[in-house]
Amino acid sequence: MPDNDWPLWEVFVRPRRGLSHGHVGSLHAPDATMALRNARDLYTRRQEGVSIWVVPAAEITASSPDEKDAFFDPAADKVYRHPTFYDVPEGTQHL
Amino acid sequence: MLAKPSESCNTVEVYGNDIPGLLGEVEAAETALREAAARDTEAAHGEAAYFDAVIKADQKIEPRDWMPDSYRKTLIRQIAQHAHSEIIGMQPEGNWISRAPTLKRKAILLAKVQDEAGHGLYLYAAAETLGVSRDELVELLLAGRQKYSSIFNYPTLTWADVGAIGWLVDGAAIVNQVPLCRCSYGPYARAMIRICKEESFHQRQGFEILHTLSHGTEAQRAMAQGAVDRWWYPSLAMFGPPDADSTHSAQSMAWKIKRFSNDELRQRFVDMCVQQAGVLGLTLPDPDLRWNEERQAYDYTQPDYDELMRVIKGDGPCNRQRMAHRRRSHDEGAWVREAAAAYAKKRAADA
Repeated sequence: MPDNDWPLWEVFVRPRRGLSHGHVGSLHAPDATMALRNARDLYTRRQEGVSIWVVPAAEITASSPDEKDAFFDPAADKVYRHPTFYDVPEGTQHL
Repeated sequence: MLAKPSESCNTVEVYGNDIPGLLGEVEAAETALREAAARDTEAAHGEAAYFDAVIKADQKIEPRDWMPDSYRKTLIRQIAQHAHSEIIGMQPEGNWISRAPTLKRKAILLAKVQDEAGHGLYLYAAAETLGVSRDELVELLLAGRQKYSSIFNYPTLTWADVGAIGWLVDGAAIVNQVPLCRCSYGPYARAMIRICKEESFHQRQGFEILHTLSHGTEAQRAMAQGAVDRWWYPSLAMFGPPDADSTHSAQSMAWKIKRFSNDELRQRFVDMCVQQAGVLGLTLPDPDLRWNEERQAYDYTQPDYDELMRVIKGDGPCNRQRMAHRRRSHDEGAWVREAAAAYAKKRAADA
């Protein structure tokens, strides 16, 4: 099956200058050049973007949902990372 | 007069079915998605309990989350059937690209058929996140083991049929699809939001074709009426069998894959078409169509569900033609796929 040779690509589009690229979906293409062209045709038919990234899906390493708690919980007890943690004496300015 | 939306319906805006209404509802679904994402999920112990908590909180299940096997299978079946419908759905309209009456209408129709291809691809990509490959799905379609919407097995006999497809078929599809923007499976919901935003132009272009014809010569008006006469009942049948005979509904509702029953959506579609037919100056081919004050909805004649079953089973006017065409274009495209793959391999070897 020749189709099996076409890897999956994840597509990221920057909607306008100044905004970051956001994930919009995925597609199959034989190589990066074709992935970019297909992404243009598939995801920006109505001028949805000014820049596109395509990334081979196989190259993405993702955290596992099963490990979500162990992975992210350590940040939960560090409230002192937020400015609201600190009491500011009344009358202090420009802090 | 438009029917009043019922209390239970959260797609109030769909009723006018004008563009702000439709897009308003899609926007609302998108906002709800963002708001739900911002909420904490109830603490739950174990995978199944977590799944239930996410569904209960109207949040989204994502590809790598645990999900019941039957949830996964139901979604694959539904999304694949939806994707196949978009791809097969290119044929009845594609039939008129070369014969569109003006260059402008040809360009519009081309853009519309290209959109259908795009919608098919969004949906195949959403199905793939559930662990099935695109090739498998294409094989299942070509082998006749997965279905596509029965509506595309009817022929487009005149140019007015392109208008009727846009108004009635895309109109029915929108009524079906807007609630899917709130589906519990994230990739499907996001694909549907995108599709619905694009779909709004499809229905308008169909309506405009019929409006132009119905205000043209007597022959043009007759052509428009003929198309509406032929597409009305098959469009009603698009919502599937009546609730009493619908096999997949209850579980899909519990999982929030589906939000409204077949009969609820069909009623909503009828209610919105009556007023629009008036604007078009065309008649819906149902002598028993009348406003029911008590129900605050139109009474109407049900489509022939035996015919629907026959068409689904393969005996519609165009089933064989549609499948033969799809197989032929898949086969005839093989060399393109092979050449692209060979070129990519060569380039990778050179690098």
